[in-house]
Amino acid sequence: MQETIHASSTFAHMPKHVLRSEVEDLYARYVGCLNDERFEEWPDYFMNESVYKIISRDNHEAGYPLAAWLCEGRGYLEDRVEAIRKTMMYGPRYIHRSVSAVQIGAWTGGSLMVQASYLAIETLLDEPSRVFNCGRYLDELVEHEGRLLFQRKVCVFDSLIVPNSLVYPL
Amino acid sequence: MSTENDSMLKWPVQGSKRIPNWVYSNAEIYEREQQRIFQGDSWCYVGLEAEIPNNGDFKRTYIGERSVLVTRDADGGVNVVENKCSHRGTQLCQKHRGNVQTITCPYHQWTFSLSGDLVGVPFIRGVKKQGGMPSDFDPSSHNLRKLKVTVRHGVIFASFSDHVEPLEEYLGEAMLALFDRVFAERELVVLGYSRQQTPANWKAMFENIKDPYHASLLHVFLVSFGLYRLDNPTRLFSDKTGRHAAAVSWRGEQKRTQDNADIKALKEHLKLNGVTMLEPVREFEQYTLSMLTIWPNLIVQQQSNTLAMRQLIPKGPGAYELAWTFFGYKTDDEEMVKRRLRQANLMGPAGYVSVDDSEVLKFVADGTRQFPEAEGVLELGGAGWEQQEDHSVTESPIRAFYDYYRKVMEL
Repeated sequence: MQETIHASSTFAHMPKHVLRSEVEDLYARYVGCLNDERFEEWPDYFMNESVYKIISRDNHEAGYPLAAWLCEGRGYLEDRVEAIRKTMMYGPRYIHRSVSAVQIGAWTGGSLMVQASYLAIETLLDEPSRVFNCGRYLDELVEHEGRLLFQRKVCVFDSLIVPNSLVYPL
Repeated sequence: MSTENDSMLKWPVQGSKRIPNWVYSNAEIYEREQQRIFQGDSWCYVGLEAEIPNNGDFKRTYIGERSVLVTRDADGGVNVVENKCSHRGTQLCQKHRGNVQTITCPYHQWTFSLSGDLVGVPFIRGVKKQGGMPSDFDPSSHNLRKLKVTVRHGVIFASFSDHVEPLEEYLGEAMLALFDRVFAERELVVLGYSRQQTPANWKAMFENIKDPYHASLLHVFLVSFGLYRLDNPTRLFSDKTGRHAAAVSWRGEQKRTQDNADIKALKEHLKLNGVTMLEPVREFEQYTLSMLTIWPNLIVQQQSNTLAMRQLIPKGPGAYELAWTFFGYKTDDEEMVKRRLRQANLMGPAGYVSVDDSEVLKFVADGTRQFPEAEGVLELGGAGWEQQEDHSVTESPIRAFYDYYRKVMEL
């Protein structure tokens, strides 16, 4: 695989603690964008040729390819946003996402492997907030034009039985 | 002299043109359903042979509220047994799938063969000539409850009844043909599972698949991207009892007409940005969409190239789980597998189409729960139902379902 790290790469050469604050800042902004429902900005966190998947831990660990969300490229992400805004029928809700335990791997072949824990709390109309979905992000970050973007983001969720519907991105 | 309760459980005089809301929430009705439907003379879907390919493989699932194990025994036979020890009722198996030589109870290690025979009882003869089972204890009288099993083209059904008719008769000619269309002479490959729990009565989900009326009105995605319209050529089948149904359709010419004006949400200019998501290939004869509802717990979905079994698992009158098994065929090439996985975006708990249904069914439950004495109106398309109809502006498959339901439930 062609190396994309070159002399002008900033992130690949940062000290660990600086890289960590950049990565955690990215996750904070990513989650903030979704929690604020600024969904139109969500595809901007990804490379154009990226993969975004939401898949159950059951399927993931058994090696089954079936994902609840399978997005292959920016176009798919935009379609999801358009469906959320224009075509899907669903009751109003808030989804509150919380990310923690960010584990930063090494730069390998131009990608930075990052794992994090996430928890999504759902609040429906007239109902108390409840745990909706939790799991791990298994992510691959790359540097592109001075920013860190997701080349691959896989949300592996423990919650085998989805409480009704998974409408918004995680 | 009838009590207030008694009058609650009388079906409206208009018959299946009305659905009394208590049918979605009444606890006594729910219990009666468990006994007469799920434990009655019916074939319940439990799995695919492709899920238990090797001897010793097992899968844990539900029929109604009862946990059962689907196993492949040492001789390669398929069995379905209750997941409950014959000793003290302990639930035996705590995993979804696996491979074992015997089924052993965690509590006292009573051991059963994969076909449910009791083959081991620790200390059966006592220890140091003290205790143990009485001499007349006969292990073969304490096997696991074994269900009647039938397998057709790799699809496994089970029944708590000993005298349910053979599956071919149970389905009837029309349903059998549509079923075989998907499964005959195919080796199935599981692509993965999806499970969701919806806070609505299980029958509402069944009705939803028997309701062609909503397809072009609720599912804006389908209409906007030209996948389905009310003027699509459609055909509806019911078997002779009314309990099973099929809705099939195929692509027609897409035109804006007077009829379309009724489809308020029509957004004609939506185009997919992720074009590879919907690149269907004509794979089956004639129909591009085929949805079967097989009484009492199965929906067989063929939507273009995305295939799934949807198993209905009631969880009390107010909730059901939909357990989806997505599958393909062994003969699929890499492109076809990709197609199936991409099109699966329309289905499941996050589906472009299926989210509409799970959400709306919750709204139905929220509305009807408050007014158990009120009635739903089912008059679209007339008063009765036919075994075949060539249009979709009708509620006849739902009337058919309730005609049969009322017979079984004595309502």
